[in-house]
Amino acid sequence: MENPIVKAENYNSYFGDNHVVKDVNISINKNEVIAVMGPSGCGKTTFLRGINRMHELIPGATSKGKILLDGQNVFDMNAIYVRYKIGMVFQRPNPFPNLSIYENVVAGYMLNGLKISKAEKDVIVERSLTSAALWKEVKDSLHKKGTFLSGGQQQRLCIARAIAMQPELILFDEPTSALDPISTSSVEALFHELKANYTLIIVTHNMQQAARVSDRTAFFYMGELVEFDDTKQMFTAPKDERTQNYITGRFS
Amino acid sequence: MEPRIGFRNTKSAIFKGVVIFFAFAVTIPLIIVLLYIIKQGIGQVNWTFLTHIPAPAGEKGGGIINALAGSFILVMVASVIAIPLGILAGIYLSENPRTKLAYYSGLCVDILQGIPSIVVGIVFYLWLVKPFHSFSALSGAIALAVMMLPIVIRATEQTLLLLPPSLKEAALSLGVPYHRVILKVIVPCGFSGILSGITLSIARVIGETAPLLFTAFGSMFLSTSLVKPIESLPHIIYNYATSPYDDWHDLAWGASFILLVFVLTLNIVTKVITRKWKIQL
Repeated sequence: MENPIVKAENYNSYFGDNHVVKDVNISINKNEVIAVMGPSGCGKTTFLRGINRMHELIPGATSKGKILLDGQNVFDMNAIYVRYKIGMVFQRPNPFPNLSIYENVVAGYMLNGLKISKAEKDVIVERSLTSAALWKEVKDSLHKKGTFLSGGQQQRLCIARAIAMQPELILFDEPTSALDPISTSSVEALFHELKANYTLIIVTHNMQQAARVSDRTAFFYMGELVEFDDTKQMFTAPKDERTQNYITGRFS
Repeated sequence: MEPRIGFRNTKSAIFKGVVIFFAFAVTIPLIIVLLYIIKQGIGQVNWTFLTHIPAPAGEKGGGIINALAGSFILVMVASVIAIPLGILAGIYLSENPRTKLAYYSGLCVDILQGIPSIVVGIVFYLWLVKPFHSFSALSGAIALAVMMLPIVIRATEQTLLLLPPSLKEAALSLGVPYHRVILKVIVPCGFSGILSGITLSIARVIGETAPLLFTAFGSMFLSTSLVKPIESLPHIIYNYATSPYDDWHDLAWGASFILLVFVLTLNIVTKVITRKWKIQL
């Protein structure tokens, strides 16, 4: 339990007067897969977007408390640097439509104006696409636009784009909710492989998915972190009644 | 009560016929005007016409090179002023749609678009011609730039508003600073829309005479100076057409034909750009 990669201390977030995330304390270790689940509007996505300070981009959004990334409070760091350090994958695949598959993978370097050689780029592209289990499918069409891929492939391209920056932590905001079942399973299979090198925090409203992919699960309800435990433990013997009710489908 | 199906069908058919008739009818004036200008103008266009300055009254021949060069310079200078300003303002409006500033500048853009071009001409006559005691190409170009601005601003704004917010989030989540997100992701993705706004705005001002009457004024000579009067296509048409000489009238038709070709080309280019370069989201 030492050296957590992410630690939230009394973290709160607001949209104007609307208190969306309430006093969250959580500690996440390296190379863990964490599922964050809960009913719609429970604050799980807002919490996730607090970690890399995407939350505050929405007009009127504020937050209180601390989120420590490798022991350093993200709110004391430059927001741009925080986002540079943490990878993020969104609900809908959002590859850059003006860039090719190749350029999409190295977009983090290109758009930040970082000068890297063609050889380095080639290495990063192959390594990232391989890690995202997409290399075999696209290696002959690297210079086609990323938007020509299927939804599942696009989402894996977005994962490759995040991996390319070599973050320690990758945030997933309901990464499969816009995908069909086959694409979903291809992305889920990927989570298991990524675990070796990265820490993953996955927001999902799909309980089965949480059970399938995660080591530990956090259950959010009405903005509170109700329970955070081993996934197996939580799905077999939840400690809190609200978790029990949610898992057994008494509310959703 | 049984509806009278046959009667209903007849009414529908009549309605459809009327709609089709008017859709066709509105194209007729355009076609007639086009054909007439082509018929009158195309015969005037030859090498001398395109490469010579106007001949003195009474002499045969002469061309419109001064007007071609003048229009080119006016539009170029106007574009250099209007395009960056218009795109930047458009970015602000699309990025901050709910602010007071956006509301008022949006309102100003609409009003600017509605100001009669002759009024723009008079204003810039007072501001840029009278103080310097000389008509100038620059004052004309600035007047044209003011007329281009609303079109470029609105085209940029409308194009960028259509881009999904997820695109911006994708770039921001990679730690890309805001200005680079806008310049490297948002603007390139909206490029075709912005470019078509630019070509449309050029097509709009290339035929404007009124703002140039008091500013660029016109010149019988080939001039490239920004501080001297300069000729332009619409102005040479006006001068030739209102002259008492028949061969000058012919030159006016020739110049009209050239102007028409420019405007049509720009409009077609706009259509092609929007279709071909549109980025599939």
